[in-house]
Amino acid sequence: MRKTLAATALGLALLGSSALASDVRIMWYSDGVEGEVMRDLVERFMAENPGINVILDEVPFQVVREQLQIQLEAGEGPDIARVTNIKALARHWLDLTPHLSDPDYWRTNFGTHADWMREDGSQAITGFLTQLTLTGGFANRTLFEQAGVALPGAGATWDDWVNAAAEVAASQGTAAAFAIDRSGHRISGATASFGANYIGADGLPAPVDAGVREFAGKLVQWVADGRMLRDTWVAAAGTSYRAAADDFINAAIPFYYSGSWQIANFSTKIGDAFDWVAVGSPCGTVGCSGLAGGAALVAVRYTENPAEVAKVMEFLAREDIIREFSERTLFLPAHAGVIAAGGLDWQTEDRNVGPALDKFVAAAENILPAAAALPSWKWASAYYGALVNRISQVMAGEMTLDEALARIDQDIAEQVAAAQ
Amino acid sequence: MAGLKTMAGAVVTAPLGWLARLLDPPLRLWQRVAGQNGMAAFFLAPTMAIFSIFVLLPLVLNIAYSMTSGPALFLTERSFVGGAQYARLLSCENHFDFSTCVEDQFWTALRNTALFTVLQVAALIVAATVTALILDRDLRARSFWRAAFFFPVLLSPVVVGLIWRWILDRDGVLNAGLDAVGLTPVNWLLERDWAFLSVIGVTIWAHLGFFALILLAGLQAIPRDLYEAAEMDGTPRARVFWRITLPLLMPNMLVVIVLALIRAVQVFDEAFVLTGGGPGTATLFLTQYIYEVGFASLLKNPGLAAAASILMGGVLIVLTLVQLGLARRNERRSKLK
Repeated sequence: MRKTLAATALGLALLGSSALASDVRIMWYSDGVEGEVMRDLVERFMAENPGINVILDEVPFQVVREQLQIQLEAGEGPDIARVTNIKALARHWLDLTPHLSDPDYWRTNFGTHADWMREDGSQAITGFLTQLTLTGGFANRTLFEQAGVALPGAGATWDDWVNAAAEVAASQGTAAAFAIDRSGHRISGATASFGANYIGADGLPAPVDAGVREFAGKLVQWVADGRMLRDTWVAAAGTSYRAAADDFINAAIPFYYSGSWQIANFSTKIGDAFDWVAVGSPCGTVGCSGLAGGAALVAVRYTENPAEVAKVMEFLAREDIIREFSERTLFLPAHAGVIAAGGLDWQTEDRNVGPALDKFVAAAENILPAAAALPSWKWASAYYGALVNRISQVMAGEMTLDEALARIDQDIAEQVAAAQ
Repeated sequence: MAGLKTMAGAVVTAPLGWLARLLDPPLRLWQRVAGQNGMAAFFLAPTMAIFSIFVLLPLVLNIAYSMTSGPALFLTERSFVGGAQYARLLSCENHFDFSTCVEDQFWTALRNTALFTVLQVAALIVAATVTALILDRDLRARSFWRAAFFFPVLLSPVVVGLIWRWILDRDGVLNAGLDAVGLTPVNWLLERDWAFLSVIGVTIWAHLGFFALILLAGLQAIPRDLYEAAEMDGTPRARVFWRITLPLLMPNMLVVIVLALIRAVQVFDEAFVLTGGGPGTATLFLTQYIYEVGFASLLKNPGLAAAASILMGGVLIVLTLVQLGLARRNERRSKLK
C-alpha cells in the first residue's frame, strides 16, 4: 500500500512538473480583433501539440509599454511577447536559431526586418513581425463631400491637407480640422519629409535639425490657431501616448494622421456611419514619407522552455498561418512569401478597407531613407520621447520652440548617457 | 436554550484556555530571563519583522537605487554614482528660473505640488469645517446627508478621475449643459488655470467626506452646556464659533490638517486620470514626475526616480515631524489646563 502511494505521488509529481515544463506564456495586446484571431490560432496549435500548453495573457498596450521592460530587466517576464519597442529591448530576446527546424525559412521570409529586433551586429533570429505598419493619414470622405471640399490629391503637402480639412471643419462645425497621435513615432515620417535626420554619423543621436524645427513649428502653429485638436497633445505631460482615433471615429475631425493598424479598428467602430479613406502621408519639402514600424512577436531569453517556445513560434510564423492572420486581422503582412504571392483575401465586407490597405501598400514606396533607418535604430525611442515631451510644452505655451529644441538635444543626450 | 449557549461558549473558549495554559510557563520563564523590555521586544518582533520587510527594506533599497545609474534592475548590475542623481535633480543656474535647471520638470512638479498643497488643503479645511458644522445641526434626514457626503470617499480614485473627466471634457456633460443654456463652453481640462482648479476641486470632492467626518466627531465631543451658557449670555454666533467651537475643535483640526497635507503632497491618481499632468505641465505633480521617469518613459531611469522619491519622502517626514510636534504641544497645553 505504502509503495503504491509513493509511486502515485511520484507519478503525479512528474506529471505536474512535465506540465509545467511545457507551459508557454504569451503576453499579447490588441489594437483591433487580433486577440480573438490569436486565441483561435493558439487553440489550434495546442490541438496539434498536446504536450505544450500555451497561455495567452491579453493585456492593454500600456502594460506592454510600461511593465514588460521592468519584468525583463529582472530576468522575468513571459516566454513570448508582442511588442512595438522591439529594438531598444533587443538584448532580452532569445536567439531561436538553435531551436528552429529550418532557420533559413526565417532568414528568407523575415530577413528584411530581422535587424529591427536584434542587437546591432547580431545575426540572431528572435521573432517576426505580426504586422508591418506604416504611418499615414485618413480622411472622413463624407464630411469632405458634405462640405463640398475636394480631397487633396497625390503630392498634396501637409499645409494643403490641413487647410482643406480646416475648410471642412468650418463648414461642418467639427471640433478641429485634424489631429495626429501624441507620439514621437507618428511625427517622425513627417519630419523626415521636411529633411530631418535623427541619426548621427557615429550612430548616436544627431542634434535636432531644420526638418524637425519646420514640422514642429507647423504643429505648434496649428494648435495655436485651433486647426489641430488641442486635446491629443496638449492635454498630457511627459511622454504619455495618446491616440486621436476616437475623435476621428466620432467625426470630430475630418482628417487624422495615425497609421495602418487603425484600419481594422475603423472598420469595426465606424461601420457604415460614414465613408473614410486612407490618403498616405502628406508631403513636406523633400518627400511624402510615412514611417514604417510594426508589432513583433519575440521570444524572451529568460524562458525555461526554449524548445517549446520555438515550436510555438514556428507554428505562428508558418506561411499559411501568417496569411490567415493577416486576412482576418486586416494587418499588412511582413512575410516575404506571403507578400510575393499576393492575392490576400481580406475578410471584411467594409468597402473602405480594401482600398485603404492598397493605399498603405503603395505609400510604402515613398518611405525616405532617413525614416526607413529609424525602426532598426537603438536610440529612436529616446528621440521620440523627447520630441513629444517638449513639443507639447511649446504647444501649451510653457517654452519657445527654440528652447524646446535645445531641451530635446539635452534630454536625448542625458537619456543616452543614463542608458549607457 | 441558555444551556446550549453556555455549551457553545465553552466549546469556543476551552481550546483558547488550553492554549493559554500551555503557553503560560514558557512565557513566564522568558519574562524572568529577558525582563519586561525583553517581553515587549518579543511581542513587537512579528510586527517589526513585517515592517522591516515591507517598509524599511524598500526604503533602504530605494536609497541604494538613488545612488546608482543605468537601466539594469538589479542593484549589483547598476553603476554606483553616489549623490549624482540628487545633484542632477537639484542643479540649477538660477533656482527662480526653472528653465535653467537640469531637471526642469522636477522643479515644475515641485512648484505645482507646493501650490496645490497650499490651495487644496486650505480650501479642503474650510469646506470640511463648513460641511461638519452643517451636518452637526438638527437637519431633516441627517444620516442621509452624512452618507451622501461620505460616499465619494468609497470610490476608487481612478473612478473619481474618470467620472470627472466625463463631466469636464471638451464635449463633456458640463459643457453640454452650458451649451444648452446658451453659455460658451469652457475647455476645463485644456486651459492651464481651469485644469489646475479642476484638480483641486475634484480632489476636495473626493476627500471632503473623510475629513468632515473627523471634524464632526470633534464637534459632537464639545460639551453642549458651553453653547447653552453662551446662548444665555446672548453671545453672537460668530463669537461662539471663534471662541468655543474652533478652539475645542483644534485637536481634530490638527489631525485633519496634517493628513490633508500629506495626502496633497502625494497627489497622483485622480489628477493623472483627469489631466495626465497637462495641459503642458500645468498639473504635473511630483508623484507623476517620479512615475514618468521611473516607469512610463520608453528609456526608464529608475535611479533618478528613486532620488526624486527620496526627496519627496524628506518633505513628508518634515510634515510628519511638524504634526508630532504640534500634537505634543497640544497635549502638554491640555494637561496644563
